[in-house]
Amino acid sequence: MKKLESSLTNMVVVLVAVALVTGGLLAYVNHVTAAPIKAQAEKTLADGIKSVMGGKTLTVASNDSVKKQFDSKDFIFIVHQVNNAQGKPMGAAVESTTQGFGGDLKVLVGFDKDGSILGYTILQSAETPGLGQKASFWFQKGGKGNIIGMNPVKNNMTVNKDGGEVDAITASTITSRAFLKAVNQAYQAYLGGSTDAESGASKQEHN
Amino acid sequence: MNYIKIFFNGLIKENPTFVLLLGMCPTLATTTSAINGMSMGLATMFVLICSNLAISCIKNLTPDMVRIPVFVVVIAAFVTILQMIMQAYVPAVNAALGIYIPLIVVNCIILGRAEAFACKNGPLESVFDGIGIGCGFTLALTILGSVRELLGAGSIFGIHLLPETYNILLFVLPPGAFITLGFLIAIVNKLKKA
Repeated sequence: MKKLESSLTNMVVVLVAVALVTGGLLAYVNHVTAAPIKAQAEKTLADGIKSVMGGKTLTVASNDSVKKQFDSKDFIFIVHQVNNAQGKPMGAAVESTTQGFGGDLKVLVGFDKDGSILGYTILQSAETPGLGQKASFWFQKGGKGNIIGMNPVKNNMTVNKDGGEVDAITASTITSRAFLKAVNQAYQAYLGGSTDAESGASKQEHN
Repeated sequence: MNYIKIFFNGLIKENPTFVLLLGMCPTLATTTSAINGMSMGLATMFVLICSNLAISCIKNLTPDMVRIPVFVVVIAAFVTILQMIMQAYVPAVNAALGIYIPLIVVNCIILGRAEAFACKNGPLESVFDGIGIGCGFTLALTILGSVRELLGAGSIFGIHLLPETYNILLFVLPPGAFITLGFLIAIVNKLKKA
């Protein structure tokens, strides 16, 4: 077959045809993968909530978006109120984002009703591999900077260098500070969020 | 026989990383561990094979003056398909590679092979060229990732081999990528001369 000439009509027709074919193909693949992608995102979040709340059978009662100001900057938190197997409120898992060393650091922190930390997991991070990335296990139970069981009100949850009680990750003070800031701010959002939830609960009692 | 020659040409003689020095951005950025390097290589190979095949099929229908936009649209379509599939079925790999998946669109290896090979050869030859170059890229990235992971974190593919005290953190950081790549290219050049 001879190669098509570079006349204006040919070029326009070919470009339009290629755009249409690829567009149609992408629409089809998007249609096929949209449901699995959504399911994956929901599963990741559900698994995260289960792991930070202690891995018991639980149900998510509500998902509230909370906006709070810290240092005159707006932060958005998502507070997942969680009920235990008996349907009683057991606390909340809070999504909280701060600026880490390499970019946004997004953590999910689980609080019980008294505000003590049940667990945490890193949802998104761009920290340095081998240094800041250690945050995913450093602050867990058994880790060197264990924060599980601490309470942001009773404990001074900052790094040693800043006079706090938490051992920072070796050579990653910035990541450690960002992480603890995310946890402390998540607690503030939880306090703010739980009052909303109580008003919601009292409304239910009237029914 | 000819196809085998095309394959080994891409794997060794025109290895995109060690010989052509193409696609340096993902090469340096995603090889912090062996598994990341290999995933990036395989993702690129998928796009390369598909785009080589598609472009060599439409080469006579594409007027010369608009061939680059057409190639880029074809490549971008395959990259988007790849990203959607990865998000749906292997979200962990997708999260680890992050921005470097969409950036495959502008990877010069792929456009380079479209220009240098696929638009001059038949579909089957182009597929073998895609496999060869893709394997070469995957192999290079896996070696680079393994060396960096071994020296920087003491493991290969997550299997611990060296105690933590021997870790040289530098190799996981960007300078380690340049140093490792330099030494690997030197070794490859030495082997080729021998």
